[in-house]
Amino acid sequence: MDVVNQLQRQFLDYSASLHREGFLDDQFTQLQKLQDENSPDFVVEVASLFFEDCEKLINNMARALEQQQGVDFKQVDASVHQLKGSSSSIGAMRVKNVCIAFRSFCEAQNREGCLRCLQQVTQEYSLLKNKLQTLFRLEQQILAAGGSVPTIE
Amino acid sequence: MGLKLQQSQHQHQHQHHSVAVKVNEQTGTKRGYTFIQANRAWLPKFLLLWVMVMAFLSTWIYKKMDADIKVRRKEVLSSMCDERARMLQDQFSVSVNHVHALAILISTFHYYKNPSAIDQETFAEYTARTAFERPLLSGVAYAERVVHSERGEFEKQHGWTIKTMQREPSPVRDEYAPVILSQETVSYIESLDMMSGEEDRENILRARATGKAVLTSPFRLLGSHHLGVVLTFPVYKSKLPTRPTVEERIEATAGYLGGAFDVESLVENLLGQLAGKQAILVNVYDITNSSDHLIMYGHQNQDGDLALLYESKLDFGDPFRKHTMICRYQQKAPTSWTALTTAFLFFVICLLVGYILYGAAIHIVKVEDDFHEMQELKVRAEAADVAKSQFLATVSHEIRTPMNGILGMLALLLDTDLSSTQRDYAQTAQVCGKALIALINEVLDRAKIEAGKLEMETVPFDLRSILDDVLSLFSEKSRNKGVELAVFVSDKVPEMVMGDPGRFRQIITNLVGNSVKFTERGHIFVKVHLAENTKPVVDAKVETCLNGGSDGGVPISDAHQFKTLSGYEAADERNSWDSFKHLVSYEESRYDASINMTVPGETSQSVTLMVSVEDTGIGIPLIAQDRVFMPFMQADSSTSRNYGGTGIGLSITKCLVELMGGHISFVSRPQVGSTFTFTADFGRCKKASFNDTKKSNTEDLPSSFRGLKAIVVDRKPVRAAVTRYHLKRLGMLAEVAGSVKIAASACGKNGSSCGSKIQPDIILVEKDLWLSVEDGGLSLRMLDWKQNGQAFKLPKMVLLATNITNVELEKAKAAGFVDTVIMKPMRASMVAACLQQVLGIGNKKQAGKDVQNGSLRSLLCGKKILVVDDNMVNRRVAAGALKKFGAAVECAESGKVALKLLQIPHSFDACFMDIQMPEMDGFEATRQIRMMESQANEQMNGSGIDKGFARKGEWHVPILAMTADVIHATYDECLKCGMDGYVSKPFEEENLYQAVTKFFKV
Repeated sequence: MDVVNQLQRQFLDYSASLHREGFLDDQFTQLQKLQDENSPDFVVEVASLFFEDCEKLINNMARALEQQQGVDFKQVDASVHQLKGSSSSIGAMRVKNVCIAFRSFCEAQNREGCLRCLQQVTQEYSLLKNKLQTLFRLEQQILAAGGSVPTIE
Repeated sequence: MGLKLQQSQHQHQHQHHSVAVKVNEQTGTKRGYTFIQANRAWLPKFLLLWVMVMAFLSTWIYKKMDADIKVRRKEVLSSMCDERARMLQDQFSVSVNHVHALAILISTFHYYKNPSAIDQETFAEYTARTAFERPLLSGVAYAERVVHSERGEFEKQHGWTIKTMQREPSPVRDEYAPVILSQETVSYIESLDMMSGEEDRENILRARATGKAVLTSPFRLLGSHHLGVVLTFPVYKSKLPTRPTVEERIEATAGYLGGAFDVESLVENLLGQLAGKQAILVNVYDITNSSDHLIMYGHQNQDGDLALLYESKLDFGDPFRKHTMICRYQQKAPTSWTALTTAFLFFVICLLVGYILYGAAIHIVKVEDDFHEMQELKVRAEAADVAKSQFLATVSHEIRTPMNGILGMLALLLDTDLSSTQRDYAQTAQVCGKALIALINEVLDRAKIEAGKLEMETVPFDLRSILDDVLSLFSEKSRNKGVELAVFVSDKVPEMVMGDPGRFRQIITNLVGNSVKFTERGHIFVKVHLAENTKPVVDAKVETCLNGGSDGGVPISDAHQFKTLSGYEAADERNSWDSFKHLVSYEESRYDASINMTVPGETSQSVTLMVSVEDTGIGIPLIAQDRVFMPFMQADSSTSRNYGGTGIGLSITKCLVELMGGHISFVSRPQVGSTFTFTADFGRCKKASFNDTKKSNTEDLPSSFRGLKAIVVDRKPVRAAVTRYHLKRLGMLAEVAGSVKIAASACGKNGSSCGSKIQPDIILVEKDLWLSVEDGGLSLRMLDWKQNGQAFKLPKMVLLATNITNVELEKAKAAGFVDTVIMKPMRASMVAACLQQVLGIGNKKQAGKDVQNGSLRSLLCGKKILVVDDNMVNRRVAAGALKKFGAAVECAESGKVALKLLQIPHSFDACFMDIQMPEMDGFEATRQIRMMESQANEQMNGSGIDKGFARKGEWHVPILAMTADVIHATYDECLKCGMDGYVSKPFEEENLYQAVTKFFKV
C-alpha cells in the first residue's frame, strides 16, 4: 500500500509540475476526467493520436519551409492551425502558445521566424512527449501496483 | 486557457485586418480626388492663360468694331461725295444747255434774219432777264468770228477797234473774235478779242472744231477773282450738213458764245444746300493734265482727315476736259468709344469671371483638402475607438481566464482543512474574485455594446418565469435583510413574447440587484404591464378617490402607513395602491369581458411593455441623479466604499433597454426610495410557434390547481394583489379579505347557505397581520370552525412570510396553520410546490423537475450525435466528452463525409460541426445539409404526411458550430447558414449544457 501511495503522490506531484511549468493546462485535466471504465485508455489514446498528428504536421511544415524561395505559407498556416487545434484540445499549452506565434509569422510570411518557431514547436513537442510518457508510465505503475490513478482536482 | 490564447490571436488578426481596411480607405480617398484637386498646381497658370486669352479676344473685338465703323464712315463719305458730284454735274449741265439755247437764239436771230434782230441792247436785256436760268454763270457774251481781211470793215461798222485782253489794240492776226454782244455783268469785255487770250483761243478753236461746248482750265476770273472756267459754244451761220467735217465746221462758224462759270461760288452754293456741309471738305480738280492737277475749288492746304479720301468723277460735258471731286472728312475719325468701351467691359467681365472661377477652384481645393483631412481623422478616431473596445474586450477576456483559475483554486482551498482565519481569508478572496469576474463581464458587455457587437436575439420566452428566476436569485439576500421582494405582471401582458430573454434578465437583474443593495427595509417591487395601460391609470386617479371608501374591507389602522407593498413610502406615487388598484380592477373588468375575444392590440406585431422596479432604499442624491446612467459613475465615492460596485451596471442597462427599442427613466427621493421604469418592445408570438416553443422553454406550471378557490388575508392591498397574481397564474380563483374574521365569516356564511359562491380550499394569511392583530382570536375561530363544519371540507390555512423564526412557526402550527409556510418572495412554481405539499396533490411534476434539473448526462443520454472535425485529436476529444455524457457518437473527418452520413433518412439527433475545415467548411456543409432537408421536407409534404420515415414533423437536425473563437464567432453567420447555435471548443460543460438544452427536451 505504501508503494501505491508513494506512486500516487509522485504522480500527483509530477502532473502538478507539468501544469505549473505550463506544459499542460486545464483541458488535459478535463481529458483525464473523461477517462472512465468505459474507455480506460482514453487519455493515452488521444495523446498518441496527438503525437502522430504532430509528427506528421511538423514534417509537413519542415518540408514546406525547406524551400529557399516560394514557400507556401498558406499550407504552413493550415498545418499550424491544425496543430494549434490539436494542442488546445489536448491541453498542450506550450505547444499551442508557440503555434500562436508561428501563425503570426506565417501571416507576415516571415520564413526566418517560421523556421525558428518550427524548431521551438519540435522542441516543445518532444519535451511534452517525454513528459507525458513519464506520466503514463507512472500511471501504469500505479495500476500495476493495484492502486487507482488519483484524480486531479 | 486554450480558448483565451486563440482568442487573442484572433484579435491580433483582426487588428491586421483593420489596418488593411484603413489603408484601402486611404487609397480610396486618393482615387476620389477631383479634376480640380488633381491640377491644383496649374490653377494660377490657368488663370493667367485665361486673362491673356481674354485680352487678346477683347483686342480683336475692338479692332473688328473699329473696322466696321471705318467702313461705315467710308460708305457715308462716298455716298455724300457722289451726291455732291452728281448735283454739281446736273446744275452744270442745266447751265450748259441754256448757253446752248442762247447760241441757237443768236444764230437764229442774228444771222438768219437780215437785218439782225439782235443788237447789244436786246442781248443785254434778254440775258439779264434770263440770268436766273444760269445761276452759275457770272455772265455770257457773244464774240463774232472776224478774219483779218474783214477787220477794217468790221471795225468801221462797230465803231471800235478790236482790242486784246490787255485792252490794247489788237495786233494783226489771221482771225479775231471780238465780243459784240455781252450781258451787262460782263460788259467790260465788249470789243475784246477772245482769241488774244491763250486759254480762250484754244477753247474757241476746239469748240468750233467739235461743235460742242468746251471748257477752259480753271483760272482767276477777271471780275471776281474767284476761280472759274469759261464755257465756249460755237455759233454757225448756216445749217451744217448732217455729218460735218472739221473744215466744214470751221467754215460755217459765225462766232462764239461764251460764259464764265464761277466754280467756287457754284460749289459753295451747292454745298450750302446740302446737309453735313461742315462734316466734309470738298475739292474739285481739273485733271486734264494728269500730272498737274489744277484746283478748281477748295483749299489747297492739306487740312482735314487726309487718311480717308473719296474721289468722284465729274463730267461737265466736255470730253476733252476731265474733272474730279475729292471729298474728305473735315475732322479726323474720332476714337470709337463704343468699341473701346465694349472691348474694355468685355475684358473686365471676363477678368472677373476668371477670378471668380479661380477663387471657386481655390475654395474647392481647400474644402476638399479639409474634407480629406477630416476623413482621415475620422478613420483614425474610429480606429482608435475600435482599438479601445477591442483592447477592453481582450484585456477583460485575458483577465477572466486566470481569474477562473484563481477562483477554482480558492474553491479547492476551501475544501481542504483550514483554520477559521484561513477560511475567512480564502472566502474573502473568493468573494473578491467573483466580484472581479462580474465586473469584467460587465466591462466586456459594455465594450461589446460600444463595438456594436452586441446583438439582440429574437426568441420566444416566458417573461413571468424569467422574473421569477431573477427574484429567486435575490430571495435569500432580501430575506436576510427583511425586505419584501415581489413581482406583479399584468394579465394583459402576453404569456410568451419574442425578444432576448438573456438581456431582459440582465436588465432586471441589474435593477433588482441595485435595489437590493441599497434597500435595508421596506420592499422591492417589480411590476410589468403594457405601456398603453398607464394612461387610463393616470386618468382614473380622480375616480379612485370616489371609490376609495367602498372598498371597505381594508381598514387602515395606521395612518402613517402608505399604501405600498410594504407600507413604506415609495418615491413614485404611481405605484401606490390608489393607481395600482385601479390598474388591477381595470384589467380584471377588461379581462373578464373579453376573455374569449381577441384582446385589442393583439393583432399588432409588437407589444410595448413597461417595467418598473420600485424600492424603498436610500434613494439617489439629487445632485447625482443626472449622471446615474453614465458609466463608472456612482452617487459619490463613498457609495462604492459602502456598497461596492462600479456603477457600470446602469449604463449597460440603459444601452440594453435602448437596444430593445425602449427608454429608461427613474424617480428617486433620497431616504425614500427609487423607482426605475423602462419600456421595451417585444414581438408577439404567433400562435403556431407559441405552442411549439412553450414546451421547450417554459417550466410548465402544474395544472392541478385549476379551479381551486383561495382567500388571501392581507390588509395591504398591493401585497394582496401580488399574492393573487401568483395564485391566478396557477389557475386558482382568489379573493382578498382584510382580516381573518371576514374571511372566516365569508366561509361560514357560504357554508351554511348551500349556493356557495366561494368555498375556499385554502386561506392564505400574511404573517405580520396574523401576529399583530388576530393572534389568539384566530385560533379560537379556527377551532370553532372545525367543530361546526364537519360536513365541509375544511380550508387549509397557509401562512405567508418573508422570514419566520422557529418560535413563530410553532405558534402558527398551534394556531391551526399547516406545516408549510410559503416563504417570500413568491414565485408561481414555488407556491405551486408548497401548495402541492399542503394539499397532497400528485407530485408528478416534482419528479419531472428532478430530471429536468439533472445534468447534461440526462440530456445527452442515448442521443446519437455526429461530430464533424478535420482534426483527429479534436474529434477524439469531442467524441470522448460527449460519450462521457452518455451520447452515442459518430465521427466524420470532413464536411463531405458528414453530408453523406446525414443523407435522409438518418438517425442522428444532433450534429456538432467544426467551422474551419479544408475543402468544405462548416458553414458550407450546413448549408448543403439544410438544402437536403428542405428538399426532403418538400417531398414529404407533397407525398402525404404520414409516410414511412416521417419521424417528426420535419427533418431538421440541430447543428451546433464548434469554435474556439467565442466572442467573434459571428452568431449571425452561424444562424445565416442554418446552424442552431454554437459551443466553444474545447467543450465547457456549462456552455454545452446551454446550447444543448434548446434541442433536447426531457
